[in-house]
Amino acid sequence: MRVVVVGNGMVGYKFCEKLVAKNTHGQFELTVFGEESRPAYDRVHLSEFFSGKSAEDLSMASADWYFSNNIQLHLGDPVQKIDRDRKTVYSHKGLEVHYDYLVLATGSSAFVPPIPGVEKNGVFIYRTIEDLELMKAWAGRAKKGTVIGGGLLGLEAAKALLDLGIADTSVIEFAPRLMPRQVDELGSQLLQSKLEALGLTIYTAKNTSAILGEEAITGLSFADGSILESDMLVISAGIKPRDELAKAAGLLTGPRGGIVVNDLLQTSDPDIYAIGECALHNEMIYGLVAPGYEMAEVVVGQLTDSEKAFTGFDMSTKLKLIGVDVASFGNPFINDGETRTIVFNDGINGVYKRVNISADGKQLLGGILVGDAEQYNMLLQTCKNKIVLPPNPEDIILGARGGESQEAGVLSLPDDAYICSCESVTKGAICKAVEDGEETVDAIKKCTKAGTGCGGCLPMIKDLVNHTLKAQGKYIRNVICEHFHYSRQELYDLVKLHELKSYEDVLNKLGTGDGCELCKPSVASILASLWNEMILKKGNDTAQDSNDRFLANIQKGGTYSVVPRIPGGEITPDKLIVIGQVAKKYHLYTKITGGQRIDLFGAHLSDLPLIWEELIEAGFESGHAYGKALRTVKSCVGSTWCRFGLHDSVSFAIRVEERYRGLRAPHKIKSAVSGCIRECAEAQSKDFGIIATEKGWNLYVCGNGGSKPQHALLLATDLDEETCIRFIDRFLMFYIKTADPLTRTATWLNKMEGGIDYLRNVVVNDSLGIAAKLEEEMQLLVDSYKCEWKEAIENPEIRKRFNHFVNAPEEKDPSIAFEEMREQKRAKEWK
Amino acid sequence: MTEMETMAWFHACSVEDVPSNGGVCVKYGEEQIALYHFTRRNEWYATQNECPHRRQMALSRGMIGSQNDVPKVACPFHKKTFSLVTGECLNDDECSIRTYPVKIEGGHVFIGVEGIV
Repeated sequence: MRVVVVGNGMVGYKFCEKLVAKNTHGQFELTVFGEESRPAYDRVHLSEFFSGKSAEDLSMASADWYFSNNIQLHLGDPVQKIDRDRKTVYSHKGLEVHYDYLVLATGSSAFVPPIPGVEKNGVFIYRTIEDLELMKAWAGRAKKGTVIGGGLLGLEAAKALLDLGIADTSVIEFAPRLMPRQVDELGSQLLQSKLEALGLTIYTAKNTSAILGEEAITGLSFADGSILESDMLVISAGIKPRDELAKAAGLLTGPRGGIVVNDLLQTSDPDIYAIGECALHNEMIYGLVAPGYEMAEVVVGQLTDSEKAFTGFDMSTKLKLIGVDVASFGNPFINDGETRTIVFNDGINGVYKRVNISADGKQLLGGILVGDAEQYNMLLQTCKNKIVLPPNPEDIILGARGGESQEAGVLSLPDDAYICSCESVTKGAICKAVEDGEETVDAIKKCTKAGTGCGGCLPMIKDLVNHTLKAQGKYIRNVICEHFHYSRQELYDLVKLHELKSYEDVLNKLGTGDGCELCKPSVASILASLWNEMILKKGNDTAQDSNDRFLANIQKGGTYSVVPRIPGGEITPDKLIVIGQVAKKYHLYTKITGGQRIDLFGAHLSDLPLIWEELIEAGFESGHAYGKALRTVKSCVGSTWCRFGLHDSVSFAIRVEERYRGLRAPHKIKSAVSGCIRECAEAQSKDFGIIATEKGWNLYVCGNGGSKPQHALLLATDLDEETCIRFIDRFLMFYIKTADPLTRTATWLNKMEGGIDYLRNVVVNDSLGIAAKLEEEMQLLVDSYKCEWKEAIENPEIRKRFNHFVNAPEEKDPSIAFEEMREQKRAKEWK
Repeated sequence: MTEMETMAWFHACSVEDVPSNGGVCVKYGEEQIALYHFTRRNEWYATQNECPHRRQMALSRGMIGSQNDVPKVACPFHKKTFSLVTGECLNDDECSIRTYPVKIEGGHVFIGVEGIV
């Protein structure tokens, strides 16, 4: 059976893709005619052509794809005539092809209003890559751009002008507001003010009467008598279905354009179908991609085995216009006196939300989102599936305050709810795929195509995958990344078992692929925790995260900061002077840190070894501020000076810091020692904290400051120094062996079954019988400690990496710039 | 083929100047080019050194790796990742980086740039 497709746009392509999938016995011979010279490309993301994407990037499929699927593709060769009696099409280049079924996917062209002067140079339409290339060629000499049309496409075109470097761009809309089809008055006002803040000038209720200029455009005049200077104009005032071929063949077309189709998408000739923007279904032209794809699906069904019909399509849309989220769904405007409307209008943050709710308060009928469209998917599904609203319906736009999360929302959807509207994939289909063994979002994308269109549904897909797996009683393993199908704890044990010492060895033995920024630092950390070897040797340097790789903290602008270790926060005047001298010599900004040390900022990469040479000469060591490692052990001044102090907290803090210095862990570790219950060292906010009592020391664990502060919990009381250190050894090793990557001790404890009681049993009561082993492993790490900066400056191979340019080692990065502030320097603000 | 004809190759450094599975920054006139030796795949790549996200000269210091077998680099600042083949951003598609061809001859690394300096 021969099927001929007229038109190779997005919908025409989708039809081919769907038919090829059903063409398992080669029963269809497919011929495609396209007017443009390129195979179908993504017109929805056309404006990205100006922000760096190439024509190839936008392509839906290469010419090879058509070839390898036995599709005859004739590009640059529009069909000029259909002979319905002989069931034959005639192309511009003279081809005659017989068809059994003909599919018209001729799309639309830009609607150009009859304004005098539209033929002038510098006036463009915005439709094809050719249009864009012409615009690009002209834009170089243009200073003031104008777009006629404040709808979806017009605003896309305005973005294109901005991307082309025409900062002075105006948008002219005939209607009293922007996007009149999708957004209401208030939403439109907010959208307008957001776009104006981005530099666009917007005129609404403005009727263009003529385009001025001799050969080239110089401006526009309007019905109200005003004039706007402009040397480039893009007309994007709507679309016009391409129905001329159908009309000439005697097929029925609508009075305002469009090829009339029935629910099976047949035209007035049952062997000829029309799909996409050229089809007029129920007096409606669908100018979006998703309904076009749905039409393609319906026609493929007609030609194969399904009796699916096209019954209209929801025109809900979500898009990002020049960086502003805009969405509308269901019936956005409904206002019939019965319907209740909830409006949230936040002029400060630029967010507008409106939902229309049935009189009984139970159903969502439609709505509008501007500025923040995160809830779009949920709202759309709630609306489409007539899900009963919560008792306080405002929760659906304001967020459940202390109530249920979005996850519960996805679960409450029925199986036939569309999760991915672009590819029409239901919740049931996704859950079924998970049950059939497609257990990752990537696998779901491949198998069902869900999430491959606009991608807006990906968070819901992820939730569905996780919930379906959980519902099956499957253990969701927290694997490191696509290269290692192990949890960190499993990997730690395996690396130890196989005695692997380099990232490459670990990847070869236990992983797949080439690694990534997730597994590299995790494995490097495991190696350091196990063997405590110099982290930049054995090829492990390039497996370290940037800070560890250069043994310093990268800061804004690309310079580094340097933190020498100052154990317990105690420092001699001579050492203070050295820090001052080094800072002056290398022009560094100095600041006291929260951990009682001194941070030196603004060091050039190539200065780092020189700075450290001087610091080490004066007796300093690396402070590991750059590593997921022990940072500082803060202390109060303690009993040596303080009238309240019970014990010498400074001496104990120094002992603890020197014991665990350089210890690498899943995340950073901070500690403190306080000399009495007044707790001046804030030990209860640390990963482990020690507080003096009358009888000894209390040990607290698993606290942290940061974004979610959490107090440390009491692990053991009235310990002597030796016991206290043994407990800390056990605690830290247990944490290092079992925590997930980048998990602080507080989070680790929160996830631990049995919580602090379980941890106390392991550490204090040795319930697992591993205490001696943990202490032994810690002792090994303590004994093998070396200052890694000392090793780095003494090793020429490592040292030579501390240059910005490989081919000009003496030169510093010229892009680094500083500003002055309070008699010191600061990094220049980034863009 | 026309692309090859207008390509000028400049000498960047020796093969051993570049760490295994890592990058270095190469100065080319006023430009900075990040050069990577993906030893594991026996491949060389070059891209602009500037990460387009915050315009930091840092990609040469990033970790390289793969995502579904596409070789990539992660910026050390905020871990935006870019394909080393096409330069496209793999986290969000709003920015991309320029890539350059690389060839090795007699233990030396050459980077291809369009036109002559």
